[in-house]
Amino acid sequence: MAINWFKYSAPTTFYGLAGKMVPWFAATAAVLLAAGLYLGFFVAPVDAQQGEFYRIIFIHVPTSILSMFLYLVMAGYAALGLIFNTRLSAMMATAVAPTGALFAFISLWTGALWGKPMWGAWWVWDARLTSELILLFLYLGFIALHASIDDPRRADKAAALLAIVGSVNVPIIYFSVKWWNTLHQGSTFKFSGTSMHIVMQQALLLMLLACWAYAFAVVLSRVRSIILERERHTTWIAELPEVRQ
Amino acid sequence: MSSLDIWMRENPLAYVWLGSYAVALLVFAVEIAMVRHKRKITLQQVRLMQEAEKDQEDEGTA
Amino acid sequence: MKKSTLLDLLLLVIRRDLVLAMRRRADVLTTLIFFVMVVSLFPLGVGPEMDMLRKMAPGVLWVAALLSSMLSLGRLFSADYLDGTLEQMMLAPHSLSMLVLGKMVAHWAVSGLPLVLMAPVLGLQFDMSAQALGVLIVGLLLGTPILSMIGAIGAALTLGLRGGGVLLSLLVLPLCIPVLIFGAGAVDAVTSGLSVVSHLSLLGALMMVALVFTPWVTAQALRISME
Repeated sequence: MAINWFKYSAPTTFYGLAGKMVPWFAATAAVLLAAGLYLGFFVAPVDAQQGEFYRIIFIHVPTSILSMFLYLVMAGYAALGLIFNTRLSAMMATAVAPTGALFAFISLWTGALWGKPMWGAWWVWDARLTSELILLFLYLGFIALHASIDDPRRADKAAALLAIVGSVNVPIIYFSVKWWNTLHQGSTFKFSGTSMHIVMQQALLLMLLACWAYAFAVVLSRVRSIILERERHTTWIAELPEVRQ
Repeated sequence: MSSLDIWMRENPLAYVWLGSYAVALLVFAVEIAMVRHKRKITLQQVRLMQEAEKDQEDEGTA
Repeated sequence: MKKSTLLDLLLLVIRRDLVLAMRRRADVLTTLIFFVMVVSLFPLGVGPEMDMLRKMAPGVLWVAALLSSMLSLGRLFSADYLDGTLEQMMLAPHSLSMLVLGKMVAHWAVSGLPLVLMAPVLGLQFDMSAQALGVLIVGLLLGTPILSMIGAIGAALTLGLRGGGVLLSLLVLPLCIPVLIFGAGAVDAVTSGLSVVSHLSLLGALMMVALVFTPWVTAQALRISME
């Protein structure tokens, strides 16, 4: 049975599909979050060097990973939108951006809080944290550019091009920041040196999946509003129960 | 800042919870609130627009 | 019939833009004066202690060069956009990428090159050694074209927008960070007695890559902004 992928590339069908998926992802996220936090706080042992402070990683690491992953997703949808001229791809890119930016922010905030007990300062120019900061700038640039252009199609395409240029730059930026950091003998976030306790790894995985499910739920929710806004002149929107009230 | 440092050393879990997780959960809550709010006002706008169009049709000026 | 090659086209565009820029010499000079002023602000802000200034010098000069380049980028396409020339250029059967490259070269000659020439003078204010100045100049020679090229993409994307210059800087500055790191890092390396080859060759590589890709990307950005 071949899945007709293109069926779901139309905003009409995707709207309904997304609507059904949101509650499932939201529930999954809540369950995984509870499980991850339980494991991370009540089962995982205290770290030899960092004591209880290391438990920040259970929120810091997943949000970092997700902020980077979401940028690639955003750029991917942007590229699809540019190449195939599909409206929905551009809408998805726009929907992903704020979530990605917020994850980057949380990553930076929790990174700073982790740094304080480790290094005594609220901010250290660690290579990863600095790259994360630049990633936040890239997200904000995307959002700002999209918001500054009135014509939605031009906005979509311009922001898409920016996202693609940004994603090509991300490896270069990361490499150069790493180089800069080692040259100046900056501090690096190290974890205990030895390999992580198995429960810590499991908690980390659960939290990662929780954030991923959360991202899915929020992005799909947001894209539904974007679809409503963009397609407001169509008849299928007029027929929707939530619009007819 | 040193009183904060002392508090931090004595209450590591509280520091972790209040500083990181509380903030993260707050950000998530804010994001969810923003998404729901956006949906609410988008629906309102679409309804208004639909009614305006319907009125125009009824008057025969559309 | 004269066969006009891509090179002829390139030179034509460069010459045209240079002539136009020369007619508005004030614009060129204001960028340069901005550069000088920004560099002078740092000692005023951090104090005149020579040791500290010497250490800060490469970073200060590079950041100032970055900011000055950002300022002048708005002008890259706006004049032609406003009087309709840009539209004509895009309708012409010639390669838009070549036209864009020509504009980038002219922009660099008018905005980047003066910075490169001015920088060593300012470097003396920071008591930089001759070696350091040399590496600074080479780095800026390689780096300022990259700034012009990446900036052109931003200028094309923000064509005609209200936010204009500030938005352009917001978009382009993160992308220019590697240039800043390698350029300033090279000068730091030479003052510490280390080799600059890796820094400068990375800069050179970035410039080559930018040269190959940015004209085309900018042309696409122009098409997006103009349709």
